[in-house]
Parts: sequence; C-alpha cells; structure tokens
Amino acid sequence: MYRYDEFDAKFVAERVEQFRGQVARRLSGELNEDQFKPLRLMNGLYLQLHAYMLRVAVPYGTLNSRQMRKLAHIARKYDRGYGHFTTRQNIQYNWPKLVDVPDILSDLASVEMHAIQTSGNCIRNVTADHFAGAAADEIEDPRPIAEIIRQWSSLHPEFVFLPRKFKIAVGGSPHDRAALKYHDMALEIVKNASGEVGYRVLVGGGMGRTPYIGYVVGEFVSKPDILSFLESVMRVYNQSGRRDNKFKARIKILANALGEEEMRNQVMREFAEIRAKGTLQVPAEELVRIAAYFAPPKFENLPDEIPTGGKDFQNWIRTNIHQHRAKGYAIATISLKPIGGVPGDASAEQMDALADLMDQYGMSEIRVSHEQNLVLPHVRKRDLPAIHARLVELGLGTPNAGLITDIIACPGLDYCDLANARSIPIAQDIARRFADLDRQHEIGQLKIKISGCINACGHHHAGHIGILGVDKKGVEFYQLQLGGSGAEDASIGDIMGPGFGEREIGPAVERVVKAYLSLRKDGERFLDTYRRVGMEPFKNMAYLDQLYAAH
Amino acid sequence: MLTANRLVDGDVLYWKAGDWVLALKDGDVFADPKDADAALAAAQKYVAGNKVVAPYLFDVKTDANGIHPVKEREIIRAKGPTVRDDLGKQAGQVNV
Repeated sequence: MYRYDEFDAKFVAERVEQFRGQVARRLSGELNEDQFKPLRLMNGLYLQLHAYMLRVAVPYGTLNSRQMRKLAHIARKYDRGYGHFTTRQNIQYNWPKLVDVPDILSDLASVEMHAIQTSGNCIRNVTADHFAGAAADEIEDPRPIAEIIRQWSSLHPEFVFLPRKFKIAVGGSPHDRAALKYHDMALEIVKNASGEVGYRVLVGGGMGRTPYIGYVVGEFVSKPDILSFLESVMRVYNQSGRRDNKFKARIKILANALGEEEMRNQVMREFAEIRAKGTLQVPAEELVRIAAYFAPPKFENLPDEIPTGGKDFQNWIRTNIHQHRAKGYAIATISLKPIGGVPGDASAEQMDALADLMDQYGMSEIRVSHEQNLVLPHVRKRDLPAIHARLVELGLGTPNAGLITDIIACPGLDYCDLANARSIPIAQDIARRFADLDRQHEIGQLKIKISGCINACGHHHAGHIGILGVDKKGVEFYQLQLGGSGAEDASIGDIMGPGFGEREIGPAVERVVKAYLSLRKDGERFLDTYRRVGMEPFKNMAYLDQLYAAH
Repeated sequence: MLTANRLVDGDVLYWKAGDWVLALKDGDVFADPKDADAALAAAQKYVAGNKVVAPYLFDVKTDANGIHPVKEREIIRAKGPTVRDDLGKQAGQVNV
C-alpha cells in the first residue's frame, strides 16, 4: 500500500502542529467559535450531542495492521474504547476532548493517517471499491488513481472553499461496489475498443434532500489526461455552482440544471483550455511509481478448494466469502453487523485482535467498506476455517454479508447533532426480527439502509428498503422507501407514503418482506420484484392495518 | 432549561444559578420565559469567556419524578446513547 514520501510526511506533520496552535488559540480565547469552527471542521472535528466527534479518513478504505493497532490505541487512550466505521470509509470517534485532538492527530500521523478534509466544503476522503486489487472481475486496481486524486485534491488552493462538500469515488470493475453513481464525481475504470485502460467519468450523483443519479460526462478519459479532466469538472462547479443557498450548492443541482449536454460542453471547454496550456498531465513515471505501492502481493500457487467445516462455517462461507483473482485465495467480509449490535462499531480489543489476524492470515491488510463492514482482501482458502474460528471468538463471525440483517445505519440521534430520529435502534430491531439465518437465506439479497435525517449518511435512497427518520413535533417517525440501489443498476428509492412510528416501522418492514416473498418469481431479488410489480402491492401490505399508519 | 456544551471537552452542561452543572436534574427550570431569556443572556459571558459553546433553551416538563425534556434529542443528551447504557451521563461518565 501507499507509503508517505518526504513531502506527505512533512505536510501532515505541519498540519498537526498548525491545528495544535489553533486549538491553543481557541482555548485561550484568541479565536472565538465562529472563527474556530471552519478550522476544526477542515480537520474532521465536529461538536455532536454528547461530545466532540473526530472523523478520520481511511483513504480508499485501505488499512495496514500498524494503522489498525493505532486506531485501537486511540480508541482506548483518548476515547471510550471503540470506533465507528462509516459509509464513507472513515472511522469516527465519538468522545474525544478538544484538548486531546492535536495529540490524536499526531498519533495518526505517526502511521500515515489524518483527518484532513473529512468535513467542510472541500474534496472529501476519496473512496474506492473495497475489493480493490483482489476482485476477480477487476479491470484494474482503483487505488493508485484514488491516491493520485487524494494528493491532487489535498489543500488544492482552488478547491479548499467549494460551494459545498465534494465526494469522489473510484471503481475498478463492472460490478459497482463503491456507489459510484451516487457521488458528486466518480471514476469507473474501463477499457476502450482498442483495449486501452482509461476512465469513465460521472458527475452529479448524490443523496441528501435532493437525490440524483450521476451521469456520464466523459465516456473515456485517458490516464495522462485524468487530472486535467477532473479539474475541468471542478472549475465548472466552482464557477457556476450556487453559493447563495446551501441546499442547492452541491454539483448535483448544477448538473441537473445544466443538463447532460451543456455540462459536457462546459467541461470540454475547460478541458480544452487546460490541455492547450500543456499542464496537469500525470507523468507516466508518476503513475508507475504510485501503482507500484499497490502492486499485488506475491500469491502462492495453492489448491483452490475451501476446506470443509461445520454448519456455522459453511454459512459464513456462503455469504461472507467472495471470489479472488488468484487461485487458492479468497476475499473475506467481516460483518460489523452482529444481530442486535450497533452497525459499524468495533471495540479497541476487536481492532487489536483484527490487526493480529491481518498479520497472521491477511498479508497485514484490511479494507473498510462503504457498507460498514471490514474486508480481508487476500486470504488463503485453506486458512478460512482458522480465520472464521477466530472471528467467532471476537464476535465478528456473523454470517450475514449482503443479507437483510447486514443493515447500514448512520449514528442517528443517539450521537449526531443533525439527526432528527434514531437509526441504530431501528436497525437493531429489524435485525432481531430477521435473526433466523434460514429465513435470511430464504429472503436472499436485501439491502436495508437507514438514515436519521435527510442528509442521508445511512444511504437510505440507495436501499432496496430505505428508511428515513423524521421529526414530527419532537416525536420520531420513519418513512419507508423501496427500490433504491447503489450498485451498477443504481436507482433512487420511491417514498411509500406516510411514516411509521418507532414501534411500527419494524412490523411494517416485516410486512413488506412478506409481500415480496409472496410476489417474487424464481431467482428474483427483492429489488427485481419491486421493479417488476411496483409500489402498490407493497404499500397495501405495509399499511394493511391502518392502526400502524402513524399519520 | 438552558444548556450548552463545554468548550474544552464538549460535555453537556446545564445552567444553575449563574453557573453550569453536569446533570439535568440539578439544572434550573424556568417557568417564566423572561427568566429563561435572562439566563440565556447571562450565559453569553461564558461564551465570551471561552468556557461553553452554543448555549440554547429547550422545553421540559416536571412532575413528582423530576425533570423530563420534551424532545427525544434532549432526553438523549441528558443521558447518553440509548443503544449504549454504558456510555455517557447515564453511566456516570463525565469529564472533570
């Protein structure tokens, strides 16, 4: 994986000391809160309901064991013994003291990590397919270009004060595991007719109060041109994106207002201008240098069989193992969704133990997925029984990846200052209702995603079943949305109708699933059935007992 | 009632007789909105003095069992996460 060069190390170290000075000036009163807030946000520090919250970037979702141990150390020393992995490949600490944050950042810098640009109106942590470098269907590892974008966008003077935040994701295979079409800008690695590898560039996707699916603005951009092209998009956004209304400031609003053709024209005009000046070509040797950091590990020539095991092991293999590019290897998803647990949370002890597991079996590497799980990208198939046994000991062996209990949920009103309703208890209730594994298998792939407010950190628009928490006169209600997808068949979920109360939403989801099981044809996922039959039969079932329709 | 977060660690505070306390049950309840507004105005000296951040008023009800915030948000702020009763004020965790 990427190692900081001298420039990176100096830059991050200086940033830590800069923030240490800013915190000292805030505490002494030299800076007031209005002056300090944008500075702390640019370093990932929020003030939430109970305490400060520090959001740490995991660039393109990749961590080594040394970094994982440091995350555990921070959780133990400065926080309350755990961290929360998010839908944007970050980890959040919920209880740090302001006075400790410079030391936390210093600890992070010691393992080449930081919290820079994890908040604020800037280009955020660049995310990528969590199976990068391992997936059998991959055209090319998306992490080298993600790293180049990270370097290009970090403190880029043109992009430090954008109209709003800007999220970029990169995928390297036809199967979209990075929710590309829901990003402000996304790169999909593709091959053209002559076999050359380049990038399809999408813009204008997003969730929040006005969800949009992104569209293609560059069908095939060559590797040397990619930063020029991305800069062209950013310039169009910077020049024409709205700054008068926070709710209309994301590029999705501009992209929708301009339309695909005009957006492409404007981007191509900027692109031609940048290219005419001959600047911003990514040198081939730099591409090679960065790519070398992500060179695939040396895989052994191993038999391709997975050892047999008991029922629990076979269940885990069924859902949590994916096909690796190398014979004899597998990709193992570690579910952070134990039944009744908090989606995305991991204790310091679990993180430390995972670091050991990574060293012993996983080439010292792990990934954070946007689905709030962890992934061991390169494990020997013959080691899977031992890995599974250890994960079970750690409470991390839940065999539910991609099933109905593998629920994404934002922190919601249990932690978040922006939330209108709690998300986590709803996820826990639904998971308990569907805890029976045979029933989960019968239901098949069904992605439930829950957000505690319209900002959609829980990706509810992209859920096969999406749940949005709202506040009605101080009481929590939950709207159901059906038919969303964050994959290559991306779609925005349709709102069913009036919301359900806290105690009614779980039963309503059960009725929706029951409707699916009665309506589906052979081989249909929930999403397929919904797309075939539409909302009506699901709505009829969900509101069957009008007592459950809260208002 | 009047609440804020402590600057140095973000802990939730409640207004009590011109100063701040950590527990909701110990805070002042203002029956008269004028008294609440006066407390909010007085709290600005703690903002200017860099002791607290973003003070604001919120609604509560009182009965024989004590003080009860009207909104879920304030119930959670007063106790801690509903999904982790080992965390926050409900678990006796306060920064001193």
